[in-house]
Amino acid sequence: MSDSPLPAAIYRTDRALRDGFWIRALLLTLALGFLLLFLFLPLIAVFVEAFAKGYGLFLESITEPDALSAVRLTLLVAAIAVPFNLVVGVAAAWAIAKFEFRGKSLLISFIDLPFSVSPVISGLVYVLLFGAQGFLGPWLKAHDIEIIFALPGLVLATIFVTFPFVARELIPHMQALGSSDEEAALTLGASPWRTFLTITLPNVKWSLFYGVLLCNARAMGEFGAVTVVSGRIRGLTTTMPLHVEILYNEYNSVAAFAVASLLAGLALVTLALKTYLEWHFADAISAKSRH
Amino acid sequence: MSVAVTIESVQKSFSNFAALRGVSLDVQPGELVALLGPSGSGKTTLLRLIAGLEQADDGRVLFDETDTRRLSLRERRIGFVFQHYALFRHMDVASNIAFGLKARPRSERPSASEISRRVSELLELVQLGGLERRFPTQLSGGQRQRVALARALAIEPRVLLLDEPFGALDAKVRKDLRGWLRDLHRRTGHTTLFVTHDQEEALELADRVAILNDGRLEQVGSPDDVYDHPATPFVCEFLGEANKLPVEVVGGQAFFGNRPVLGGLQQNQGGAASLYVRPQHMRIVDDTPLALPGVVEDLRRNGPLRRAEVAVEGLIRRIDVDLASQVAPAIGERVRLRITHGSLFAAA
Ligand SMILES: Nc1ncnc2c1ncn2[C@@H]1O[C@H](COP(=O)(O)OP(=O)(O)OP(=O)(O)O)[C@@H](O)[C@H]1O
Ligand SMILES: [Mg+2]
Repeated sequence: MSDSPLPAAIYRTDRALRDGFWIRALLLTLALGFLLLFLFLPLIAVFVEAFAKGYGLFLESITEPDALSAVRLTLLVAAIAVPFNLVVGVAAAWAIAKFEFRGKSLLISFIDLPFSVSPVISGLVYVLLFGAQGFLGPWLKAHDIEIIFALPGLVLATIFVTFPFVARELIPHMQALGSSDEEAALTLGASPWRTFLTITLPNVKWSLFYGVLLCNARAMGEFGAVTVVSGRIRGLTTTMPLHVEILYNEYNSVAAFAVASLLAGLALVTLALKTYLEWHFADAISAKSRH
Repeated sequence: MSVAVTIESVQKSFSNFAALRGVSLDVQPGELVALLGPSGSGKTTLLRLIAGLEQADDGRVLFDETDTRRLSLRERRIGFVFQHYALFRHMDVASNIAFGLKARPRSERPSASEISRRVSELLELVQLGGLERRFPTQLSGGQRQRVALARALAIEPRVLLLDEPFGALDAKVRKDLRGWLRDLHRRTGHTTLFVTHDQEEALELADRVAILNDGRLEQVGSPDDVYDHPATPFVCEFLGEANKLPVEVVGGQAFFGNRPVLGGLQQNQGGAASLYVRPQHMRIVDDTPLALPGVVEDLRRNGPLRRAEVAVEGLIRRIDVDLASQVAPAIGERVRLRITHGSLFAAA
């Protein structure tokens, strides 16, 4: 399409084709212009702003103790939430794609719930449940268990918000594959567990990886739900997005953008990996239809 | 090694839909039985029941004397070849074939060298030597089919279940594989149930043919038996072309209109009936007391044979007649047809 449509349009005297060219050019300009203005420029602005006062200050901003602790906390939360959602997401997708059971459509809507509920509300639910004035608050206090304004609260909120990614990615793929491979493995004498490990998982490994990638990106970047349960105790319960906001509110824009550029960098890496995977995917999928 | 399979009045419904309505069938050890039936008649469901991938609502399946409900999928030792092969796409041919052996519990698992020896043996058997390292996507349909078969044979199955093994292949390859499969069965002697909706395939390959229609067995018998003596109009029409004549049976003779067309019938038959006659059982004759007059309307070639379409007064559809000799009648010629063999079913 993009390779020189102009000569072709002139070549053919067909009016409709020439009109088509103008419409195409207009739409393309619109789309590209939008991307440039609203996505690309802000991204560049983040990096420009981060390095505005030189490399030294950038480095200082991301290595000062509070920033480091925010990075560490973010990694820790993701390191717990992502594997958890990986396991539960795979289990849920497997149950939904391979079995018929009562309440299946209900389960599917529940998986989507975190996407349809505002993250702030997800966070508030946890405060209502586990907060000092909450449902289980007194009991937790009596047993000296801290959830809200502490790591467990951050992890719970992150798990809730990022739960759908893995399952959502896997369900359609598993459904498309059907169960015949698994049935073949079972009749050949493989145990259900072996069948799952050697047949089911390898068959969906790319979509699984893709889902984990998206889940991770969201887990590290989550703001809404986390902000409610964190209490923003600086250096203790602030993840990177929260840290960015705090710095920004303090008019410390260089430091804010420096930390933000780390998050943006993560987004770019995710995007690159995702594009690479989609390639792979295209291969795997076309191989499947040839099969 | 091979077992007898006894299916006793098996029933199976999916939600409200009855897929099998009381099917009983005995398969002898080493026998090759074709399950033949139109799409949706329950063939795959029956195979899946035997394999244990589906539970019967009622009735049971025995391997020799053992009730299969007591056997796990592994213990059944079924070699199942699926309608769409279900090869493991992320494994090469050798790993596909070795899968069943590697999946055995440690105590029964052959050594690695023994497994690779078995794999090459099986690849020779299915004539795919040298393709060990290929992946399923790199094989032709016929080759995939044979890999699926080798994979099923690797576990030394007691029963082989083949679901439309040649369904997705073109006519020429089907024919080749058919002969090859019969040969293989002769050598290995597995009890085999083999699903197809191609009647030619069933008649050519099987020791016995079981015809399934709408979840019920219509007839079970040798290929000659079911072809020449169909038990129901459905079997007759499903197994090959047939001309259908409404007749009246009186005194051992079948009358079309007021003309006797077939004699020598049992005296106890009588009343309105349908007479089914295959095109090769119609002959153009000079003169005979039992004959059907008509006019040749068209001449066609049907494979190796030539065929005449004959219009008969009182029948809307033309009668198909296979021409045995090289001398064909001309279009428009008046002919007399003699019925050499027919199947009579009382009108419903
Ligand atoms: N899991 C299922 N749920 C609901 N209905 C089913 C299921 N499996 C099969 N059926 C129905 O049972 C009937 C028999 O299906 P089956 O697959 O046994 O047919 P078949 O004879 O193998 O047909 P084909 O030649 O098309 O493969 C069909 O009408 C089908 O719709
Ligand atoms: Mg089928």
